[in-house]
Amino acid sequence: MKTETTIYQNTAEFKGFSKETLAKFDEIKNHFPAGKEKSAIIRMLHLAQSEIGWLSTEGMDEVAKMLNIQTIEVYEVATFYTMFHVNPVGKYVFEVCRTGPCMLVGSDKIIDYIQEKLNIKVGGTTADGAFTLKTVECLGACGYAPVLQCNYKFHENLTKEKVDELIDAYRSGIIEN
Amino acid sequence: MKNRKLLLENVHIPGIETFDVYRKNGGYRSVEKALNGMTPDEVVEEVKKSGLRGRGGAGFPTGMKWSFLAKPEGIPRYLVCNADESEPGTFKDRYLMEKIPHLLIEGMITSSYALGANTSYIYIRGEFMYILHILEKAIAEAYNKGFLGKNILGKGYDLDLFVVPGGGAYICGEETALLESLEGKRGNPRIKPPFPAVKGLWGCPTVVNNVESLAAVVPIINEGGDAYANVGIGRSTGTKLISACGNLVKPGVYEIEMGLSVEEFIYGDDYCQGIANNKKLKACVPGGSSVPILPHYLVTKTASGEDRLMSYESLAEGGFVSGSMLGSGGFIVFDEDQCIVRNTWNFTRFYAHESCGQCSPCREGTGWMEKVLHRLENGHGNIRDIDLLAEINKKIEGNTICPLGDAAAWPVAAAIRHFRDEFEWHVTNKDEAITRNYGLSKEPLIA
Repeated sequence: MKTETTIYQNTAEFKGFSKETLAKFDEIKNHFPAGKEKSAIIRMLHLAQSEIGWLSTEGMDEVAKMLNIQTIEVYEVATFYTMFHVNPVGKYVFEVCRTGPCMLVGSDKIIDYIQEKLNIKVGGTTADGAFTLKTVECLGACGYAPVLQCNYKFHENLTKEKVDELIDAYRSGIIEN
Repeated sequence: MKNRKLLLENVHIPGIETFDVYRKNGGYRSVEKALNGMTPDEVVEEVKKSGLRGRGGAGFPTGMKWSFLAKPEGIPRYLVCNADESEPGTFKDRYLMEKIPHLLIEGMITSSYALGANTSYIYIRGEFMYILHILEKAIAEAYNKGFLGKNILGKGYDLDLFVVPGGGAYICGEETALLESLEGKRGNPRIKPPFPAVKGLWGCPTVVNNVESLAAVVPIINEGGDAYANVGIGRSTGTKLISACGNLVKPGVYEIEMGLSVEEFIYGDDYCQGIANNKKLKACVPGGSSVPILPHYLVTKTASGEDRLMSYESLAEGGFVSGSMLGSGGFIVFDEDQCIVRNTWNFTRFYAHESCGQCSPCREGTGWMEKVLHRLENGHGNIRDIDLLAEINKKIEGNTICPLGDAAAWPVAAAIRHFRDEFEWHVTNKDEAITRNYGLSKEPLIA
């Protein structure tokens, strides 16, 4: 089960969602029959997280209001699904697959290398707030292992050299979020 | 043997992900054929005749599943595509949806027509967000060309199709957990019965099918159910997408005709081209992490000495004693350097992490197994731990609402069954077990 189940406030930084995100929320709600709009919740949380970085209670409360449901209904979803960060993360979240097929071709070494390179442990964030390292279960890219995902982008067939390039590319803004 | 391709035949044509190129290459013929000259029941009948079995892992006949769908008056019915591909070792649906998205959409239109569904959903795992956008682009094209929306092809049939993402939970691949998730809730599987065919999405009759199953409806309708049934071997009809990974020269997604020999698949030039780095084969998990592992001497041959084939029956030959399952087609290959204890621990950690937490035997049992395997792997194990694992196994298996409990128990049971020597070695040679791996397992001394 997901281990991060405590939720946090972020009153200081949350300023509401942008117009574009609100418009997308409305559009997604239309994918479902009248009265069943709650189904839009997961996609809304993805969009919310993409915009504000992580899901604080303020962001989730806003989603609850838009869906006309209780806040607990949003919290329980956000704390169930592993893709949702319910505590603060860096700008770029490296989610490295650690499951069998990736392990067979050396994901352990990749995870160790990233820890060393960024000087953080799994679960940690670099001091400048740029990178968070997490390990995740199977990403469904086993034929292109080892693999990591960063903010919905897949980076496959990883080697130490590729990790170096990747970190540089994110640092210098070559890969955009 | 001949190798028919029914799904990925056109996948290498440039631009096949666009409507125009897909259409030019024979796309959307099945929709025209079904809507112009077939009743919904006739479409179901063709799928029944084809012998198509669910490609998500369980292998349940698709046509039969469809015929269970309740059809009460005035209540909408839904078709939901299960694109929550999360079984370790499986990445075939991702390939299909990314490369040739219109094939899935075409299959969904034809299938929705057969089931009388006017709204259908594709539930895709959240990590595949980029594929969600590919699918939505393709769906928009299909709307523009009149294959989706109101009055499709002027035949008075309406269909809306939407894509819904998950949030990174393996359990949502189980069909009732998927429906819970699609309703915007935690992915806790439901108690069955009632089955989704009677009470599914929002309490309405619902069919949930895997991506590959729905894509296979296209060639079935185009060529006829009988023609499809002629491809393959015995009750394993048609073709199957196999996603090969692990220590192989050429891992990837292959469409094979059922009945191809496992030997040819692993070593053949058209397929995986053998074990990487000139190593030897140690073991193979042929159908995704949940199915029993096979030691090298049972991979290409069955216990009775016959060639092992890629089919539901042949891979299962010998039952759980000396066989495995075709499952989802996630073909994981281990070379001689891999440690079975470590791998079993890794898979168990996966199940412990992905257990939804609803049933105690699974929630607690997977956690305990992970702890016990972790200490065995790290040289703190006791010889009794091996039997303890088997004991925990028995208490999980069959005692949970959904099959995740079984899926967690089977790999451990099979690993101990075939590699007991390696588990014992981890106990008797604790120091060595930390620094090196056991190597190839010994062949049992039976004639």
